[in-house]
Amino acid sequence: MTQKLVVIGAGMASGRVLEHLFDGGADFDVTLFNAEERGNYNRIMLSPVLSGEKTYEDIVTHDADWYEANNVTCHFGTHVTAIDRQAKTVTSAKGTVAYDKLLIATGSAPFIIPVQGKDLPGVITYRDLDDTNAMIKASKAGGKAVVIGGGLLGLEAAAGLAERGMDVTVLHLMGHLMERQLDEAAGFLLRRDLEKRGITVKCRASTAAILGTDKVEGVLLEDNEGLEADLVVMAVGIRPETRLATDAGLEVARGIEVGAQLQTSDPDIFAVGECVEFDGQLFGLVAPLYDQAMVLANTLMDKPEVFTPKKLSTKLKVTGCDLFSAGDFAAGEGREDIVFRDPARGVYRRLVIEDDVIVGAVMYGDTADGNWFFGLIRDKTDISEMRDTVIFGPAYQGGAPSDPLSAVAALPRDAEICGCNGICKGEIEDAIAAGASDIGALRSQTKASASCGTCTGLVEQVLAVTLGDDFVLPTAQPICSCTEMTHEDVRRMIKSQELKSLPAVWQACDWKTPCGCHVCRPALNYYLLSDWPLDYEDDPQSRFVNERKHANIQKDGTFSVVPRMWGGITTPDELRAIADAADKFSVPTVKITGGQRIDLLGVKNEYLPAIWDDLNKAGMVSGHAYSKGLRTVKTCVGTDHCRFGTQDSTGLGIQLEKALWGSWTPHKLKLAVSGCPRNCAEATCKDIGIVCVDSGYQISIGGAAGMDVRETSLLCQVPTKEEVMDVVKAVTQSYRENAKYLDRIYKWMDKVGLEWIQEQITDLDIRAALVERFDLSQTIYRKDPWAQHVAKPAPYEPLATLTLEAAE
Amino acid sequence: MSNWIDIAALDAVPQRGARLIKTLHGCVAVFRTAGNEVFALDNACPHKNGPLADGIVHGKAVTCPLHNWVIALETGEAQGEEGKVATYPAKVAKGRILLDADFLQQRAVA
Ligand code: SRM
Ligand SMILES: Cc1cc2nc3c(=O)[nH]c(=O)nc-3n(C[C@H](O)[C@H](O)[C@H](O)COP(=O)(O)OP(=O)(O)OC[C@H]3O[C@@H](n4cnc5c(N)ncnc54)[C@H](O)[C@@H]3O)c2cc1C
Ligand code: SF4
Ligand code: FES
Repeated sequence: MTQKLVVIGAGMASGRVLEHLFDGGADFDVTLFNAEERGNYNRIMLSPVLSGEKTYEDIVTHDADWYEANNVTCHFGTHVTAIDRQAKTVTSAKGTVAYDKLLIATGSAPFIIPVQGKDLPGVITYRDLDDTNAMIKASKAGGKAVVIGGGLLGLEAAAGLAERGMDVTVLHLMGHLMERQLDEAAGFLLRRDLEKRGITVKCRASTAAILGTDKVEGVLLEDNEGLEADLVVMAVGIRPETRLATDAGLEVARGIEVGAQLQTSDPDIFAVGECVEFDGQLFGLVAPLYDQAMVLANTLMDKPEVFTPKKLSTKLKVTGCDLFSAGDFAAGEGREDIVFRDPARGVYRRLVIEDDVIVGAVMYGDTADGNWFFGLIRDKTDISEMRDTVIFGPAYQGGAPSDPLSAVAALPRDAEICGCNGICKGEIEDAIAAGASDIGALRSQTKASASCGTCTGLVEQVLAVTLGDDFVLPTAQPICSCTEMTHEDVRRMIKSQELKSLPAVWQACDWKTPCGCHVCRPALNYYLLSDWPLDYEDDPQSRFVNERKHANIQKDGTFSVVPRMWGGITTPDELRAIADAADKFSVPTVKITGGQRIDLLGVKNEYLPAIWDDLNKAGMVSGHAYSKGLRTVKTCVGTDHCRFGTQDSTGLGIQLEKALWGSWTPHKLKLAVSGCPRNCAEATCKDIGIVCVDSGYQISIGGAAGMDVRETSLLCQVPTKEEVMDVVKAVTQSYRENAKYLDRIYKWMDKVGLEWIQEQITDLDIRAALVERFDLSQTIYRKDPWAQHVAKPAPYEPLATLTLEAAE
Repeated sequence: MSNWIDIAALDAVPQRGARLIKTLHGCVAVFRTAGNEVFALDNACPHKNGPLADGIVHGKAVTCPLHNWVIALETGEAQGEEGKVATYPAKVAKGRILLDADFLQQRAVA
């Protein structure tokens, strides 16, 4: 006998149940209610509708013909308001309908945070087509949108609204975006990508109130910051829509409680989708809902099956950003991480391993191997045999035992080795066949490993595999005898493992000495402060005396003092103050340096704070003549005076020096700006040199005139001063982030290649990000160390002065 | 019998750092290690009199700032080089640094 099946809710889950029933030839007479004024559609495709890539028609899954063909009585735009379990009926505005079997598939409702102003017109949630249309309509007027919630839904809304031209700010309560799916590092990359698209992201932002009188006008944060808003999208979470079930007296916890056949506490009532709770678990993604739908359809057709929630992996696309996460990726005792990053491509992968089994994975940027990792998690595969290569994905897993070499040997010729430059194994093999026999030759011939360098090891392995015994893997030079790691290894560890203190580095990198030595500590101190300007506190005890005392030590233990003379320009007042200081502190030698400024040589240690104080009072700051940091910006007289000058070289030099001073770099950094190609400032033998020409500025890098004499290579030519500033900051920051400690720019350039640096600088997004990181670091380091030490002179003073009498 | 005199609070010397004590006959460097041990040595490198107090302290050694000789704080001996600096008894008690006045005096006499 045909049974009456009433379905409440035409969502993604119930749609799938109906398909299975009709496909299985089940004998049901179906009545379908939906509060929305339409039938089943693909809710997860609302985002492309919002962004304009798709229309509603594109995402309909079941149309009028389908319902008719399957004899479904549809009541769309109709809320079911009550269930009478005794009478076995449901009630809606359209009257009462009887059922033999009832299916509740009401999904979930967006959670609204209970703040003042939440009901104002212009505050929208993001759940269905009506919400989507409301957002599209609001965006037509342009203006500002604030999205509350930095989870999947909020970010989809933000991306869509930005695409439609709104000025979007995302507020997120937690420290990083999508914290349930992503770890901090991946959350950071996601944020960066969104920011590149013009979306502002504020984390740790808690909404205090929504402001406005007749309609929304703004959002007020707990910290009293106010944001203007013409539209507020609330996407802070969802809660199962259980009201009908609760009113009908069914067992409801957070969701409607169901058993393994999706039956509720009433044997004739079933529930499916986001509204259910099974075994304490709620479901918010379609994959498990589809499993439920299959089990439920079979149950209704008397083919009982058991619903077992699977381990979930999430592969998501937040409009244009690929992300993947699976399993449990929280750090914990006994857990180990393997991290792989390709900063140039914005790729991040992290595996969490416990007892040789991968328990969690987070991927950002390149998620192609997500399913393979998910398989390893699900099957609890023992990965000890492929530990060294597992992070690279399935393409790198050759036959067992997969030591790195045989894994590389097993790679096909088209396997990509160098991601930055897109170099495949075959190209490297060809270059080797053509005579390249070491990494340097390969780099210059194929560009493999010439960029971020992460693949250097792989390229060497290709060399080893191809050349066999002819190739001896170079044993990389460790930093010093405290460690077996190279500078590059340690830098990578500091970034990938987010090591933010000296002890963290020593621990993670297996230092052999308790606290390093005079070789490694200054290097580590530099790497830490350059990579984590906000988190790491500079350690004076890990600096060479010159940088600790902000003066150059002399052979007799006295010091030299060099005040800054911006761009080599000084004034009579400054000169008088220098002369007075020289007299007052009995400075034995006053010398004009090769860097267009004055050196006071032979100052006693204990006089340093006092002489600085005098110079400070005359408006002068430390010249950092002692630092691995910005030294001088040499200039020529330029258009101000010279008959050949094409641009204001002196002014630009001063501007550059004022922007860059105080920054720490792997080695010293010297700049010069010449006003024309006659090049009187000798710009072409500086780390960064600028030669002004009629049409703009030629920026070249990698010069030197010390132990090696080198001419600079042209990096780029730009038309405006503003661009010079950005390019110089960006190249400096890239040098700061990537170079080995004590490598001048020319040495770094020899390693990574001028082309790679050029790519960084010409890609405007990368350039902007570098500039931003440089500026951020300067907020901390562009301070006059002299002024700071004048205030705290203790280290320069003796700890005690003992006369023999006192000792007696 | 030793004749300990109170010099200063331990905290006046940074960990892995040093401060100078002036005596009538030259400077003594007081070093503090990461493990809060203190050592007192002449502030003059056996190589070319480099100011050891300005060096980098690591483990129980200091590297001279002028030409990187490494001097053992416990013995005053240069590691891998010929040379030795004088050392003086020093200790920490109740958060204070104490030096032995008799030894400092002997230094003055010598
Ligand atoms: C004072 C000055 C010489 C002078 O009287 O003119 C000078 C003095 C020293 N230079 Fe220099 N350099 C000085 C300009 C230069 C220049 C010329 C220039 O900058 O236009 C060069 C060549 C250009 C270059 O750097 O490429 C120069 C190349 C070096 C080098 C070799 C660097 C290299 O990478 O090859 C060193 C050694 C080092 O840094 O490791 C060095 C190291 C030194 C040190 C710091 C040696 C040391 O570690 O104690 C000298 C400190 C003397 C002192 O007691 O103050 N100095 N030095 C100049 C200070 C410029 C300033 O105003 O800051
Ligand atoms: C913008 C967006 C993007 C998403 N992206 C993804 C994604 O990329 N991947 C993924 O796996 N999941 C995604 N999801 C989640 C996914 O859409 C849901 O998990 C899924 O739609 C839930 O299906 P459901 O059938 O339980 O509920 P729904 O699809 O919400 O259907 C429930 C229906 O019941 C109706 N209803 C409620 N109460 C009543 C009542 N009393 N009377 C009548 N009708 C009622 C509602 O109007 C609704 O139409 C996304 C969701 C949204 C909103
Ligand atoms: S060239 Fe530079 S490092 Fe050499 S003695 Fe002269 S100032 Fe000193
Ligand atoms: S003076 Fe100490 S190493 Fe030369």
